[in-house]
Parts: sequence; structure tokens; C-alpha cells
Amino acid sequence: MRNVMIFGATSAIAEATARRFAERGDNLYLFARNRERLAVIADDLKIRGAHSTAFDVWDAGDRKDCESMVTRAFADMEQVDIVLIAHGTLPDQKACERDVETALREININALSTIELLTLIANRMERQKQGTIAVITSVAGDRGRQSNYVYGAAKKMVSTFLQGLRNRLFKSGVNVLDIKPGFVDTPMTAAFKKGLLWAKPERVAGDIVRAIEGGKAEIYTPFFWRWIMLIIRNVPETVFKRLSL
Amino acid sequence: MKLSGWGQYPSVDAEVAMPLADRDVTALIRSPELGRTMIARGLGRSYGDSSLAESVIGMGAMDHFVSFDETTGQLRCRAGASLDQILRVFVPKGWFLPVTPGTKFVTVGGAIASDVHGKNHHVDGTFTDHVSLIRIATVSEGIVDCSRSVHPALFHATCGGMGLTGVILEAVVTLKAIKSSMIEERTIKAANIDEAVAIFDDNGDATYSVAWIDCVSTGKDLGRSLIMLGEHAESGGLAVHHEGRVSVPVNMPAFLLNRYSVWAFNTLYYHRVSQPLTTRTVHYDPFFYPLDGIHQWNRIYGSKGFTQYQFVLPKDNGLEGMKVILERIAGSGRGSFLSVLKVFGKENGNDLSFPMGGYTLALDFKIDAGLFAFLDELDDILAAYGGRIYLTKDARMSRECFRRGYPRVDRFIETRVRYGADKIFNSLQSQRLGL
Ligand SMILES: Cc1cc2nc3c(=O)[nH]c(=O)nc-3n(C[C@H](O)[C@H](O)[C@H](O)COP(=O)(O)OP(=O)(O)OC[C@H]3O[C@@H](n4cnc5c(N)ncnc54)[C@H](O)[C@@H]3O)c2cc1C
Ligand SMILES: NC(=O)c1ccc[n+]([C@@H]2O[C@H](COP(=O)([O-])OP(=O)(O)OC[C@H]3O[C@@H](n4cnc5c(N)ncnc54)[C@H](OP(=O)(O)O)[C@@H]3O)[C@@H](O)[C@H]2O)c1
Repeated sequence: MRNVMIFGATSAIAEATARRFAERGDNLYLFARNRERLAVIADDLKIRGAHSTAFDVWDAGDRKDCESMVTRAFADMEQVDIVLIAHGTLPDQKACERDVETALREININALSTIELLTLIANRMERQKQGTIAVITSVAGDRGRQSNYVYGAAKKMVSTFLQGLRNRLFKSGVNVLDIKPGFVDTPMTAAFKKGLLWAKPERVAGDIVRAIEGGKAEIYTPFFWRWIMLIIRNVPETVFKRLSL
Repeated sequence: MKLSGWGQYPSVDAEVAMPLADRDVTALIRSPELGRTMIARGLGRSYGDSSLAESVIGMGAMDHFVSFDETTGQLRCRAGASLDQILRVFVPKGWFLPVTPGTKFVTVGGAIASDVHGKNHHVDGTFTDHVSLIRIATVSEGIVDCSRSVHPALFHATCGGMGLTGVILEAVVTLKAIKSSMIEERTIKAANIDEAVAIFDDNGDATYSVAWIDCVSTGKDLGRSLIMLGEHAESGGLAVHHEGRVSVPVNMPAFLLNRYSVWAFNTLYYHRVSQPLTTRTVHYDPFFYPLDGIHQWNRIYGSKGFTQYQFVLPKDNGLEGMKVILERIAGSGRGSFLSVLKVFGKENGNDLSFPMGGYTLALDFKIDAGLFAFLDELDDILAAYGGRIYLTKDARMSRECFRRGYPRVDRFIETRVRYGADKIFNSLQSQRLGL
């Protein structure tokens, strides 16, 4: 039985992961901005076997109460074994190009709000001297492409932050896991045409749980994205800049 | 996106919305795109055009469990919850589905809308016989809870109503207590259809009964079968099923399925069992869901797709009708790999539920040029014997055939109109059948 905190708990990937935690009888503390859906998910997880569930309404775009909320949750759980940060938005890249406010708002949700949480959580986990901090970033952070570089840049910022944090928390026995999904069939990507490379959230959830248990530093999910991104990262910039990606 | 049922025929270009909460569903119903047909869809395991329309409401994300009463087994869940998930969560606690179709990859909403039956129909009735309440999003009354006592007409139209009364959001189903996830299975060989029916009759108290029937043999072998009976075991643990690993990656070339391969399969399957009676203890998964282990097995029929012809004939002279139809099928050279025969118990009072007291047969046919004309001929025989065709398997029957088979259709349409559903909810099937 573990104590698990999930931010962005209404995300399809987070929910599929939470079900795995529930099945093994964990205690779950959920955060998301939609109270009604949080309540539905909490009841469901309880029936699926969660030892206990609690939730709090939290909006990543709203900095006001974040610190007191995190303090309360850590006090409630006493010891936290796993923190999963999953919230995110897929920006309309064209809109970000036209409008500065839009671009910055997307960076705020996908990067700054996560860094805010990580800063608050890292200090508490460091004191605890154990546990895992797992964050969902994206393969999009591995290389900037014209079709979604605002999103990619935000995810990359988080990935770099996580590298440093992993380095810092190593001596405290806290593992920091960077989860890089490829294409996942969720509400975020509802508008996309799905093909062979697409995975179901359940599959990604399985990979996430295994990586947490295995103390991994970084995973690509499904696994083949590691090889796809290896190739993409190694295309020379002189060639890459000419591609319409 | 391109969408079809399990038979891969027909297909439509549909816009699929995935609501996350009740209010998303209500919004979809309130602002339909003008002139477009709309229907709810679960896991798309109906074979034909029941869950196809231009706008499709995919219920997959509304799959939560709401509450469970450990003393009575009453489960309240959202309509998109799958039977697979129910088994996963509740088998370890000692509960099983009260009624289950031959695949676990269906949703509770789909099981209600098709009022599905299982191998225990003769003792336990249909799925909705174990449903005490349905929460449904209607057009004219908004979100309504209906049951046998509240909005009863809506309840009886919704159970078996193929999504044509509204979008089912939530339901209360009573699960069945089990001591083990194992099934004591007995397989009995029947040399022909008369023997098969006699075995069903002799074993009317068996909890589960179904027959695999050879549909290529004729004469004295007509309808030779393997009858499988099952009881929940008293011991053996409460292990749940595993995920299937094998999958058919692409559509197979259609010529692989011809009268020779079908004949070979049927003959080998029948002779698989050499004793007149064999018994074994098996997990519920192979007993109820023999095909679930192979994902997308529907691709073996090739890219043109296939259809399942499932009908029921009333008990009175149904056996005679069954023989006529079996002769016709064997004579046509259009066999089916797996044909399933079952004796149903009494019919329930729902407007469009399929089962009625009598004999049901289900066969898969690969779609080709002459198939539909051939099935029309079978429909005429059915009509002469007072039979009906299962809507959730159908992709081609005529309005006349439908009307003859479903005498309570006018009551259904009346309720449909009363709740404003005729204006919004229409599938390819309902349009074809004039519903
Ligand atoms: C291998 C296999 C074996 C089968 N064996 C059996 C069997 O033994 N007995 C049996 O009875 N059936 C059997 N079936 C048929 C299957 O049980 C039904 O077609 C079932 O309805 C499929 O459920 P679904 O969730 O996939 O629904 P779909 O196929 O997506 O939809 C079926 C119908 O339900 C409606 N519907 C779905 N969800 C909702 C909702 N939330 N609100 C309103 N309407 C809704 C749709 O509009 C449509 O009319 C079998 C199918 C397969 C593929
Ligand atoms: N799907 C993919 O292909 C893919 C690929 C790579 C990485 N990812 C990443 O995976 C993570 C999970 O996404 P998903 O695919 O599961 O999609 P999803 O179901 O759409 O989840 C996104 C979640 O983020 C939440 N969110 C958005 N803005 C928020 C805010 N201001 N405050 C709080 N929560 C907010 C959403 O909450 P609401 O429900 O309230 O809107 C939603 O729960 C994201 O970080 C995403 O970037 C996804």
C-alpha cells in the first residue's frame, strides 16, 4: 500500500494509471480543476480497490492557493511515496504564433505550473528521504518542430528541470522519473487521425507503473519512441530545418 | 472517421464525440447538427449498422463505477463501463455477471440497448432482467431515471431499444455471487438436431447451456452438435482472466474462407470430442469468451466484411423450421465456422428484446454478391414459422421482415416519439427499418 498524489487526475493517462494504483490498494490524493469529475473518479477508484481517496480542486493557471494546498496534502498523507504530475494542454501552435498572451499562457500551464509544484514537492520529498516524483512530459520536447514548438519548449523545460532535480535528490533517496509518451489516444488528441503509432492510455499507464517500481530515470512510452526520437534528434539541423514537421 | 460494426459491414464516415460527463451528453443532444443522424456507441461489438450514424456519441470515457453494495451485489455504474472491467474488479470479490454475451468487450450501455442474452437465458433471462434502474438522457425530458415502476414505458423501450430512446448514462445491475472463477463443463455429443434438442430439454436445469452446431452436414447428420453445459464450480479460487495477446493484424484474403475450409473446420471441430460425454473444469474466460483471446478476429473474413445471421423460432413448430433452414444452409455451400444453437427460456416484456421461448441459431457469413438474396430467402422461411432476427447482429433485413418479427414495434415508436427521440436518435439501422 502506497500513498500516491496525482496532479491532473482527470487526464486520461493519469486516470488509467490511478486505476492500477487503486487495484493494489493504494491511498490516493487527487488534484484537478473539475470537481464533479474528480468526485466521480474518486468513487470509482475506491470501488476498484483504493484503500482511501481524497481530492482537492486545483487549477494550474491559478497560483494563489497552491502552496497551502500542497502543505495540507502532505500533512494529510504524512508520508508520500509517489507523486504523479500529469496535467497539460496541447496548444494551438498557430494561435501561439499570432498572440503573445496565448503563447505565454501555454508555457505557464505546461511548464511553469509544473515547476511550481515540483519546487514545493521536492523540498518535502527531500526531507522525507524516499519516494518517487514522476512527471509526464512528451517526446515533443526532444526536438522543436514548426507544428508544435511552444508545447515542445515547455515540455523540454520541465525535462531539463527534472534532470537537475534528479541529480539533487539522488542523495536523499528520492527518484525523479521523466515520462515521455508518444501519441496517445486521449481527449487531448481527439481531433487527430489515429494510425499504427498510437497507443491506448492503459498501455502507457502500465509502462508508468513499471517505471516507477523499477526506479527508472526516464522512459519513452510505448518503448519504440526511444528509437524514433533517437533518429529525429540526430537529423542534422541543416536538413531538419527544411522538413515540414 | 470511418466507422463500422464488428462485421466491418457497412461503414460510415462519422464524427465521433467522446463525452466525459453527463452535461457533455446533454449538450450534444441539445445542439445536433442539422439534418445529421445521431446515435450512441459502446465498444462497437454489434455486428451491423446499429451503432452507426453521421454523429456518434462514444461512451468509452464514461466508464466509472459509482457504488457497490457488498451484501446485495448491486452495482451502479456508468454506461461505458465494460463487462471486462466489471469482471476484473468484482470476480476477486466473489461476484460475476448475471448474464454475459459471448464477448466481454461490450459496455453496460450496449448490453442494455441490445438486451443481450447468454448461455443461461433459459433460467436467468436477459441482461436487463437484472437491471433495476437506468439513467438516460432523453430529448424532451432531460435526464431521467427509469425503472419498472418509474417511467416504465421508457424503461421497456430502452431495454433492447438499440439506443433509439436516448443515451443511457448509468445503470444499476445486480451481480451474481460465485465461490470460484472456475466452471464445471460437460460436453455432450449429439448425432443430429433432434438429439441436440432432446439433450437441451433433459438439461433444462443446467445453469449454462449452448451448442456448437455443424452446419455443413446433411441427412441423418443434420445439425449434429456438441452441447456444452456449465455450472459455477464450488472451489478453485477467484482468479480473473488475462489480457489476450494474439491479434489478427490485417484483413485476411477472403478466399481463405471457402466451402472446403469451412467443411474441414466443422468436421474437425465435431470430431474433436470422441467420447459421448466429457467433463472438465475450466476458467470462465475460455468457457464464455473463447474468441476474446484473439483480438480483431473479425479480420479473418476479409475486407468486405461479414454478417451474423441470428434468428429465433418459437418453440411450437420451431424444430421443424430449424431443420428446413439448416438444410438450406448446408445445401447452399455457405457454411459458417462457428454456428451456435441455444434453447431460450420465456420472453420478457420489453418492446424490442430479441429472445423468445424457442430455438435460436447464429451463423457468420462472409459477405459476397449472392449473400443478401440468400438471406432474404431464409427470412421468408423464418416468417412462415413466426421467427425473428436479432437487431444487434443485423445489417440487411427488410422493413417487412422486421415488422413481422417484432409485434410490439408500434408501442416502441409511440414511446420514442413521446420522449422526442425520433427527432434526434437515428442509426443507419433505424432508418433502414423505418423506426
Ligand atoms: C464475439 C461476439 C459474441 C457475441 N455474443 C453475444 C451473445 O452471446 N449474446 C448476445 O446477446 N449478444 C452477443 N454479441 C453482441 C453484443 O453483445 C451486442 O452487440 C452488444 O450490444 C455490444 O455492446 P457494445 O458496447 O459493443 O455496443 P455497440 O455495438 O457499440 O452498440 C450496440 C447498440 O447499443 C447502443 N448503445 C450502446 N451504448 C449505448 C448507450 N450508452 N446508450 C444508448 N444506447 C447505447 C448502440 O446505439 C447500438 O444500437 C456478441 C458480439 C460479439 C462480437
Ligand atoms: N495524448 C498524447 O498524445 C500525449 C503525448 C505526449 C504527452 N502527453 C501529456 O500527457 C499528459 C496527460 O494528457 P492526456 O493525454 O491524458 O490528455 P487529457 O486527458 O486531455 O488530460 C489533460 C489534463 O490536463 C488538465 N489540465 C489542463 N489545463 C489545466 C489547468 N489549467 N489546471 C489543471 N488541470 C489542467 C486537464 O483538466 P480538465 O479535464 O479539467 O480539462 C486534463 O485532466 C499531459 O501532460 C500531456 O501533455 C500526452
